[in-house]
Amino acid sequence: MLEIKNLHVKVGDQEILKGLDLTINTGEVHSIMGPNGSGKSTLAQVLAGRESYEVTEGEILFEGKDLLELAPEERAGEGIFLAFQYPVEIPGVANTYLLREALNSIRKYRGEEPLKHVEFGKLAKEKMDKMGMPDSLLRRSVNEGFSGGEKKRNEIFQMQVLEPRLAILDETDSGLDIDALKIVSDGVNALRSPERSFLVITHYQRLLNYIVPDFVHVLVGGRIVKSGGKELAIELEDRGYGWVEEESRQAVNN
Amino acid sequence: MDITLSTNGGGYREGYEEFKKNATGKGLAWLEAIREQGISRFSELGFPTAANEDWRFTNVAPIARTPFSLIRNGREKLSPRALKPYEFPGLETIDLVFVDGAYSEELSKTGTLPGGVRVENLARAFESDEGLVKEHLSAYADFTDEAFTALNAAFMEDGGFVYVPSGVRLEKPVHILFVTTSRTRPTIESPRNLIVVEDNASAEVVEQYVSLDESVYFSNVVTELVAGENSSVGHYLIERESKKAFNISTLRAEQKRSSNIRSHSVLLGGALVRNNIHPVLGGEGCDSLINGLYMSTGRQHIDNYMKVEHKSPHCDSRQFYNGVLDGRSRGVFHGRIIVHKDAQKTDAKQTNRNLLLSDNAQIDTKPQLEIYADDVKCTHGATIGQMDENAIFYLRSRGIPNETARDVILSAFTSGTIESMHVREIREYCENLLDDWFAQRRLAEKD
Ligand SMILES: Nc1ncnc2c1ncn2[C@@H]1O[C@H](COP(=O)(O)OP(=O)(O)OP(=O)(O)O)[C@@H](O)[C@H]1O
Ligand SMILES: [Mg+2]
Repeated sequence: MLEIKNLHVKVGDQEILKGLDLTINTGEVHSIMGPNGSGKSTLAQVLAGRESYEVTEGEILFEGKDLLELAPEERAGEGIFLAFQYPVEIPGVANTYLLREALNSIRKYRGEEPLKHVEFGKLAKEKMDKMGMPDSLLRRSVNEGFSGGEKKRNEIFQMQVLEPRLAILDETDSGLDIDALKIVSDGVNALRSPERSFLVITHYQRLLNYIVPDFVHVLVGGRIVKSGGKELAIELEDRGYGWVEEESRQAVNN
Repeated sequence: MDITLSTNGGGYREGYEEFKKNATGKGLAWLEAIREQGISRFSELGFPTAANEDWRFTNVAPIARTPFSLIRNGREKLSPRALKPYEFPGLETIDLVFVDGAYSEELSKTGTLPGGVRVENLARAFESDEGLVKEHLSAYADFTDEAFTALNAAFMEDGGFVYVPSGVRLEKPVHILFVTTSRTRPTIESPRNLIVVEDNASAEVVEQYVSLDESVYFSNVVTELVAGENSSVGHYLIERESKKAFNISTLRAEQKRSSNIRSHSVLLGGALVRNNIHPVLGGEGCDSLINGLYMSTGRQHIDNYMKVEHKSPHCDSRQFYNGVLDGRSRGVFHGRIIVHKDAQKTDAKQTNRNLLLSDNAQIDTKPQLEIYADDVKCTHGATIGQMDENAIFYLRSRGIPNETARDVILSAFTSGTIESMHVREIREYCENLLDDWFAQRRLAEKD
């Protein structure tokens, strides 16, 4: 489904991703872990099409298509969804408006008819209840005045409505208490299917108890330096990232 | 013969001598006295220059150096169809229409009015409602230091007159429409409006300025609005002048005890625009909502000068002005709040937000608080920023196309000041104007 080859990304003069390779097959859940500033969010943003990140080398294929040729909205149309690490507040734009506009834009991209108001309302209500969010959040401005947890829940709620093919979750677990974490994980797990893939970025192994990944990758210094199964996450939690960095340095030196 | 007004030779006074020979309301001594005082004061003051602190950011030299024709006759006849684009779909209004400054009986439509209500053109009211007009006209819009108000006083001939007696709720909004047709030479109009809403009465009044062509002309407007005790008045200024026009307009509102006014300005047209809003909260417990939206492109210059005067205790004023500036346009927001000595417990708030859509657009925003009472709450805040690219990316990442995302962000910014309009159809009309503005902008970007 997603194939990233030798990806190099610069922000300003600084190279952040330095030759990253990653392949995600349909139906798989991958997790990326790594220390602060290692480039996790950069990867997520580049996948979603953020223009301020400059891809200097490498390629990204999504379902065989050159993703880098597509505008962010086209990527969404193709089925990519990013749950932001820091969801943006947009005063004056109602949450419900954003979501309906988004859903219908994606439907249009796919040559489908827009959803009627009533149908949309029903869909939104159903997903909203699932996420334990009060209806009032729908009418409020996007993320404005939302608590940290509400923002993250709102991201997952949007994901539920938009039903992407590849969902990238950038630290959706950070700042959540255990109850909220359960709700968010349930929201993600409910969408798990053989047709859908996930890229779950996190600092904490905790989340991976709820969203059990097929693969865990360690991103250090702009490269994936180690990959493994879910037990790698537990090891990282116990031992930190130091040893992985050390291993990879030795590998480079040899 | 049209009269020429120019700063050359004998100046505006020369044209005035000609004008007064057959001005409307001729022979009414009180009216002629106002006009005389107006021309005298204007002759003394002259057009303001940058040395005048109130005009520091706005250069009116282009007005001063343009000779204007004051049309005396030969005005174009318009079909009602020509006015269609300026109506509020679905809303029944009481219409006063002025074409090139003169009242059009055929195009106006007042219908049957509730008992005691008067809606007519001012020139007619000089005669038919002389007592009321004499009592209020020029009683509030002081021109000791206001050159343009003095100029208007000298040359005022016609405009809207609205009178709502005590206890009457005027259901239908009044729409005063000023249309300028295509002109070969620059013309001057001096619309003068008088709106008197008595105690416990209410009304909604729209002033709209439009142009059928991109001609050069000068609208020098003064509106006096009297809000009686416990009255509620909505005032809407919709400015859609030609892109070459000059529009200087002053709304002077006089508020009595417990009155509530809502002033909405939507400024879209004009080459050089100055919007003076001057409410005086003169009785206890008044409420003033002063909202505005200015949107400029090209080389437009739009200046907003607020002068909110708190004269009595326990009054609230709320100013929300938003500006969107594109191209090489320039905006000004000067927010003056004066709290007089007796106006204890004043609660005054002012917010001015600006969105710059181009690197060459510019805004000068300046709060000015003059507080002479000690127990008051006054806050002000101004922001200047660009479109939030993070927000746009967020919307796009959800599948919303770039152009739509930008429009959504823009309209979220602009609609804030329009939402508070009480009359839905007027609000929708304004929203459509904004949509047109966005669409125009997109077209211009494609070129
Ligand atoms: N817009 C930007 N301008 C300048 N530097 C940036 C920008 N965005 C990211 N960086 C830098 O790139 C590096 C990687 O940042 P990134 O946000 O991808 O890290 P991360 O792995 O997501 O970290 P965290 O765990 O803290 O979320 C950091 O050093 C960061 O300071
Ligand atoms: Mg991050």
